[in-house]
Amino acid sequence: MISEGTRQKNRSALRTLLVAVCMFTAAIGAWSARADDTLYRGLGERVNLVRIIDYATDLWLIDARIKDTFDNLNIERFKGRLVDQLCELSGGPCRYAGRNMYESHKGLHLDRAQFNALVEGLQDGMDKYGVSFRVQNRLLAILAPMEHDIVTR
Amino acid sequence: MDKIVWAFLVVIVIGAGGALPAMAEDAALVVRPPDLTDSGKLLATGGVTQLEGAGGGGLVPWALITGYGTRDAIGANAHYTFVYLPQYILHSGGVAVGLFDRVELSYDRQAFDTRAAGVKLGLGSGFTFQQDILGAKVRLVGDAVYDQDSWLPQIAAGTQYKMNNQNAVIHAIGGRDSKGVDFYLAATKLFLSESLLINATIRETRANQFGILGFGGDKNNGYSTEFEGSATLLLSRQLAVGAEFRTKPDNLKFAKEGHAFDVFLAYFFNKNVSATLAFVALGDIATQRNQNGVYASLQVGF
Repeated sequence: MISEGTRQKNRSALRTLLVAVCMFTAAIGAWSARADDTLYRGLGERVNLVRIIDYATDLWLIDARIKDTFDNLNIERFKGRLVDQLCELSGGPCRYAGRNMYESHKGLHLDRAQFNALVEGLQDGMDKYGVSFRVQNRLLAILAPMEHDIVTR
Repeated sequence: MDKIVWAFLVVIVIGAGGALPAMAEDAALVVRPPDLTDSGKLLATGGVTQLEGAGGGGLVPWALITGYGTRDAIGANAHYTFVYLPQYILHSGGVAVGLFDRVELSYDRQAFDTRAAGVKLGLGSGFTFQQDILGAKVRLVGDAVYDQDSWLPQIAAGTQYKMNNQNAVIHAIGGRDSKGVDFYLAATKLFLSESLLINATIRETRANQFGILGFGGDKNNGYSTEFEGSATLLLSRQLAVGAEFRTKPDNLKFAKEGHAFDVFLAYFFNKNVSATLAFVALGDIATQRNQNGVYASLQVGF
């Protein structure tokens, strides 16, 4: 037989445990929410992404492998969209409102060398504006699978 | 044995067929004229050249196809590697081509100079074993670089046909053949968010000391399954540091054969030139103990 006192004690112990679990879960949640924007902060936040994309775009527009694919493109709008996209993907407080990667690139018939030319320009931009190599690779790891949608030939 | 060879050739031919669609593009869709020597891969993603001439690290063949050609192009390179050990010097030089990021073909010539140890071994000072290695590799599945959203590594199957020029000496030391074929399966995965490249290779081989001392022996004459692994940390676009481990058979009675290990630093000046410097521990070779030394390799190509 379990006495009423023991039962009460068990119940309060259970309540304490539940509270502890909730607090722990909340703490983990808060920690991971903070961890989620480490990449964004590592990239130097939106202001640095603007610099990086300005610089990278200048390189892309003179790169013989890809410059022609920027014809008929509103460059300023393109840069803004790309900054929004990288900001959102890296965990920053932005929303990318453009088309998906397949839709926005399918008409260009890009090959893999052209995709890599884009990567190299972005890497040069990140080098130029002080993003560490390890942080660069964390961003590129998110972008790399887009190759499947962007490269269509 | 013959069955293994045929099975492997079939795998390579079928895999090579995968390269054909890249060549048979719908011309109407092509915006950019095809550049067959595009050097379009990202820096370092062609790897360097391993000891037997295959694209890889220093000791281990990787699943990456050598050179900087993308799947729309070809890449090629030449390398020279020099391994300075306490009792021996190994020279390895050769050429390799990567076809459409699908097939790799390589030729390598190794010269193993026994220097003063040649006298102790009864071969004469400076006695040199030489072997020619024809290699083929085909990428079967996966992409080590782009498939960052998948756990599937890039997997390749390869073979190395080795011909040693010292048939009589090989038989005198208990070896069985001066020619041999290795088969391997390599899996390579770039963990880009960690800047880490991991490779694991399984090799079927009868080679004694990579084939320098022939194939098969008086202790064990059959094929052995060996494991080869590499871990490489990318420090920058140009610099990588890594370690490799390679198990080897122990087929000969006259001398114990152990495993090989190296730590390396690879520097990619650009897509045309790379240099690799390593410390190698090759263990005992032909009764000479602890052959630990320096490995230096230069590769040029596109």
